[in-house]
Amino acid sequence: MTSTPLISVRDLRKTYGSGSTAFDALRGIDLDIAEGESLAIVGKSGSGKSTLMHLLALLDRPTSGTITLEGEETSRLGEKSLNRTRNQKFGFVFQQFFLTPSASVLDNVTLPLAIAGVPARERARRGMAALDQLGIADKAGNKANDLSGGQKQRVVISRALINQPRVIFADEPTGNLDSATGSTVEGILFDLNRRHGITLVVVTHDEDLAARCDRSVFVRDGLIVPRHDEEVAA
Amino acid sequence: MRATDVVRRAFSNAFRSKLRTGLTVLAIVIGAFTLSLTNGIGAGISSYIASTLAGIGVDDVMTVTRTVEREQGSGPVEYDPNQIASTTGPPAGTPGAGSMVALTQDDLDALAATDGVLRVQGATAVTLDYVQHDDGTPYQLALSQFVPGMEVELAAGDQVDLDAAEPEIVLPSTYLDALGFADAQDAVGSTVTLALTDATGAQVTAETVVVGVAEPGLISATGAVPNTALVDALHALQRVGAPAGQDEVYASASVWFDADAGEDATTALQDRLTDDGYTAVTLDDQLGTITSVIDTIVLVLNGFAIIALVAASIGIINTLFMAVQERTREVGLMKAMGLSSARVFALFSVEAVVIGLLGSVLGVLAAVGVGQVVSSALADTILSELPGLTLIVFEPVTVATVVLGVMAIAFLAGTLPALRAARQDPISSLRYE
Ligand SMILES: Nc1ncnc2c1ncn2[C@@H]1O[C@H](COP(=O)(O)OP(=O)(O)OP(=O)(O)O)[C@@H](O)[C@H]1O
Ligand SMILES: [Mg+2]
Repeated sequence: MTSTPLISVRDLRKTYGSGSTAFDALRGIDLDIAEGESLAIVGKSGSGKSTLMHLLALLDRPTSGTITLEGEETSRLGEKSLNRTRNQKFGFVFQQFFLTPSASVLDNVTLPLAIAGVPARERARRGMAALDQLGIADKAGNKANDLSGGQKQRVVISRALINQPRVIFADEPTGNLDSATGSTVEGILFDLNRRHGITLVVVTHDEDLAARCDRSVFVRDGLIVPRHDEEVAA
Repeated sequence: MRATDVVRRAFSNAFRSKLRTGLTVLAIVIGAFTLSLTNGIGAGISSYIASTLAGIGVDDVMTVTRTVEREQGSGPVEYDPNQIASTTGPPAGTPGAGSMVALTQDDLDALAATDGVLRVQGATAVTLDYVQHDDGTPYQLALSQFVPGMEVELAAGDQVDLDAAEPEIVLPSTYLDALGFADAQDAVGSTVTLALTDATGAQVTAETVVVGVAEPGLISATGAVPNTALVDALHALQRVGAPAGQDEVYASASVWFDADAGEDATTALQDRLTDDGYTAVTLDDQLGTITSVIDTIVLVLNGFAIIALVAASIGIINTLFMAVQERTREVGLMKAMGLSSARVFALFSVEAVVIGLLGSVLGVLAAVGVGQVVSSALADTILSELPGLTLIVFEPVTVATVVLGVMAIAFLAGTLPALRAARQDPISSLRYE
């Protein structure tokens, strides 16, 4: 790797709970994510993938270790700048859709802009552009609840890219979809990655999805392990 | 997130669960309705009393009489030579003769010398035998005690002109029919004959112009209101034949004091006058019982209304806790996307305020509607004897206070659920099933 990584993680540890119920979900992770790459985080259920992704996305604070974003040590950032960073640099796609069912598709998609304080008119314009990009502009006025699963996931991706993020974090983006729709959604994500240079961090069980990424890391019991170890363990 | 977006979102969030919000709003409506109505009744009666105040007297005057040492119902009173020595018997025809001890010029001087007394005026009392119009049937009539500054609610005509040289009188409207006037307007400008008995026992008459007709009032004097010229003329007639050298006596005296000096100063003055053997009564004292009864009733009713509002605010807390619970993942998502805890707090507390606003506005509107119906219904029936009394008055300030107060209560009620939402950890909210 020639340039400085976008995200750099050193000796990351996360312990849930304390005392006798303490559980070490991450036990010393070192990881560099380059600008513009697509990275798959693979591992068995309960291995700590989501925990790692939440820490990378600055949704949670590690118990110890450092996360450096664009050369800046993030443990020093206050709540306000963490909020701003997540709002402006990250997009999120979760396994569940997390759409507000009663609100319109457009309102759901423009939520990050509303949070950022963008005026309503510009929100609508950019929202329509994002929906258009994913081919569901005609659904803008519908209630989010009335869409199919695949359409919902497109809405979620529109929402993730509306603020023109540097990184999209996707936790099991296709876990909820049938394989055909799943591969369409994958196609959209990799297209964003290639054409717009958005860094992609995907958490998945799916070997095929992992294989389409530039790089995969394997997590087992809170540690990154070489691939063959994982296969032996599996 | 912009403040306008917070408010807009809070509004639409409030209506997400319409039935739940509706029931909570209903509870607030009941409280706000009661509070507005009781305040409205209080304001209606208070403003009626205030407007009648001018009809009785002025608030910087107290009426002073000699204290009569006599215990009611304890049998005959022992003869006290000092009592007689210190007073001169009132002349025939003076009101209160025999039941009251009159004030002499010495008393007026003593009152004037009392600390805190600005000015003293003896009330020259005149007792009429009758009033007559156009040689019709004569009727008994009392003259109200005259205090400069007093005004009566008029059905027609004007107040008496204090400085006029000609005698003028304002008649109570109850005399219109009896004296043969078609209506109040008919009486204004006409001349009536007043009769009285002078000190020699002869009945004499005087004529006076009716300048106005007074509405019957709750408290205001039932007698006719004369101007200075009329009182002086009648008084002169009354004293004809009184022994020369007999001092002028007064049934009572009006004592002016500094009303701005505060209640304590007034009470102190009253105490000093009591020590000197006088009884001093201010307008407040006369009205005190009525107003304090009304105030107490309004206070008690307000208490009930506030209990209702407190119960309603528990409904708000409950509603919002449910909303926070329901929207756990939504809140988690918004926080993950960078919404600050302060904005999350604002979203939920504004939602509480919206519920409060809705309930209080509906409650106030209902109260105004009901108040109007009840007021006009009563004005035509039970209260028709008291024109000028609007039972329920909605003052903009009171209405605004009720609405803002309920919104404040709603905000306070909303803080608990809003704090819980604000403190939610985005990760566990997103993991929430
Ligand atoms: N808040 C928490 N308190 C205690 N333990 C937790 C908490 N969150 C996660 N864990 C534990 O940490 C471990 C890692 O959880 P994580 O969600 O990262 O797994 P995962 O690799 O994403 O699994 P999956 O593929 O099933 O989503 C699990 O054993 C989980 O039980
Ligand atoms: Mg997971």
